[in-house]
Amino acid sequence: MSTLTSNRRPAARPSTPGGGDARPRRKRQLLGKNPFGLLLSAPYLIFVLAVFAYPLVFAFWMSFHDYFFAAPGAQVDRPFVGLANFQEVLSDPAVIRSFGNVGIFLLINVPLTVVLSLVLASALNKAVRFRTFLRVSYYVPYVTASVAVVGVWIFLFSGNGLVNQILGPLAPDPAWLINEQWAMPTIAIFVTWKGLGFFILLYLAALQNVSEELYEAAATDGAGKIRSFFSVTVPGVRPATVLVLLLSTVTGANLFTEPYLLTGGGGPNGASSSPVLIMYQRGIEQGSPDTAAAIGVILVIGVLILAFIQRKLAGGDES
Amino acid sequence: MSRGQNILRGVVLLVGALVFLFPFYYMVIGSLQTKPDPTIAGAFPNPANLTLDNYADINGRINLLQGLLNSGIFTGGVILCTVVFGVLVGYALAQLQWRGRGVTFALALLVQVVPFQLLMIPLYVMIARDYGLADNYLGMILPFAINSTAVIIFRQYFLQIPRELFDAARIDGAGELRILRRIALPLVRPALLTVVLLTFIGPWNEFLWPFLITKEASLQPLAVSLANYLSNVAATAANPFGAILAGACVLAGPAVLLFILFQRHFVSSNIGSGVKG
Repeated sequence: MSTLTSNRRPAARPSTPGGGDARPRRKRQLLGKNPFGLLLSAPYLIFVLAVFAYPLVFAFWMSFHDYFFAAPGAQVDRPFVGLANFQEVLSDPAVIRSFGNVGIFLLINVPLTVVLSLVLASALNKAVRFRTFLRVSYYVPYVTASVAVVGVWIFLFSGNGLVNQILGPLAPDPAWLINEQWAMPTIAIFVTWKGLGFFILLYLAALQNVSEELYEAAATDGAGKIRSFFSVTVPGVRPATVLVLLLSTVTGANLFTEPYLLTGGGGPNGASSSPVLIMYQRGIEQGSPDTAAAIGVILVIGVLILAFIQRKLAGGDES
Repeated sequence: MSRGQNILRGVVLLVGALVFLFPFYYMVIGSLQTKPDPTIAGAFPNPANLTLDNYADINGRINLLQGLLNSGIFTGGVILCTVVFGVLVGYALAQLQWRGRGVTFALALLVQVVPFQLLMIPLYVMIARDYGLADNYLGMILPFAINSTAVIIFRQYFLQIPRELFDAARIDGAGELRILRRIALPLVRPALLTVVLLTFIGPWNEFLWPFLITKEASLQPLAVSLANYLSNVAATAANPFGAILAGACVLAGPAVLLFILFQRHFVSSNIGSGVKG
């Protein structure tokens, strides 16, 4: 866990007092001992302001104003409208449905990700043979573009695709991706499959820090393999679990490519639309970036609330 | 460790690997088949049904070479910005004391936790509408130019270098830039490779942002043109799935190949330190 935890704090390291520099004392107090550091960081800080801080403020501002696209340079009035954009968004059934879809997504994706990645990482941690091969195979979907693997999944899960050929009479009708009940779960399974390798690697790092002595102590106390998995491994990797929960939630909130491509832009009756997909449709296709920004603000507030609840539930104070 | 448990673990791991790899195997087979065969037999190569026509077909529709070139320029630009900013800021954060260091590090962490999608609409308004950078490589690269993961990884590496090394160079009269170029940079060469590899997969696979701001086909990265083909014109091809899978192989190829060649550089602790907010 050393690398995972060590960058939590900027680490107040002992500064070499005096340090043999001949610079005037006043300048040293104003900009610190090495003002050159500020100069080195300046380009990065300017970029942070330009492509992060300013758009962030702009998004909030936009969500409270009547913002519309105008010709570049045109002077137009964009009046403050208070919560009108939020009202419009929250009374739109398509938007409500898209948030519900993220809920379904998270209910499937998060438990599946946590359980599968922890089980596979524990097995991999103790495996002797083919370790590299196995690690590579789990990680390959993560390094591949969604756009590329989406093609195979459409083929696999189509009406007479391989999955249905194997399932035979058990296959759902209509097929997975055009089925109102199955569209969102299929997307959730796709995203879980694609991202799992990353989380397996995270858990592998966390498992290195679970002390071997704890397993020995558990064994001495007569705990079996299963018991020690739940009493030693699961609590031991709790900080990683909190991180996995947070990252899967953010993934769910950011969902766009998969519903857009797998289910042709939101799928049967909006059954697989996502808030970001609606943001794209409302904001860019239909030209009302203000309501789109309002959806974005609601989304981020939702992620923050979920992250807070997850932290409380997992008791992840130490992470 | 009993024998039974060993076998069980092996079976779990192998079944897992099969589930992860099968779609890739199926992608390659499917891209080589004259006629798509969705039956179980279609999962095995049949010499009578194999062809390279699908690659020619997809190339005739979306100019693979131009798409690869655009993806390369986009990815290269992002990697360049990431490495330059990452080395400069990482070095400054780890080895120099200056006012604002704590704030800068806090900002780098904050950048990571705010979802990009909140910034999507204002960035689109700014870059595509106000600055007129739609259909422009610069417009594609800008939002990805800052990458805090790289800053944090470089900071970690620079922290491990004893400060006395740099102090000694200063006493010998070396300027800070010279120290950075001659001493610091060569010492973090392993981090450089890690950052390049980790950064590569982001822009190479990125779809949403370039999709938003490139309407002109000749400027679209491969992921965008392939996605457009997937959602618009696929129905008109003789073997649409074959063509899509051929395109998918071309898009997936470079990232998968780089990963397999350098897989030991994708160390879990680097990824962990990168995402830990």
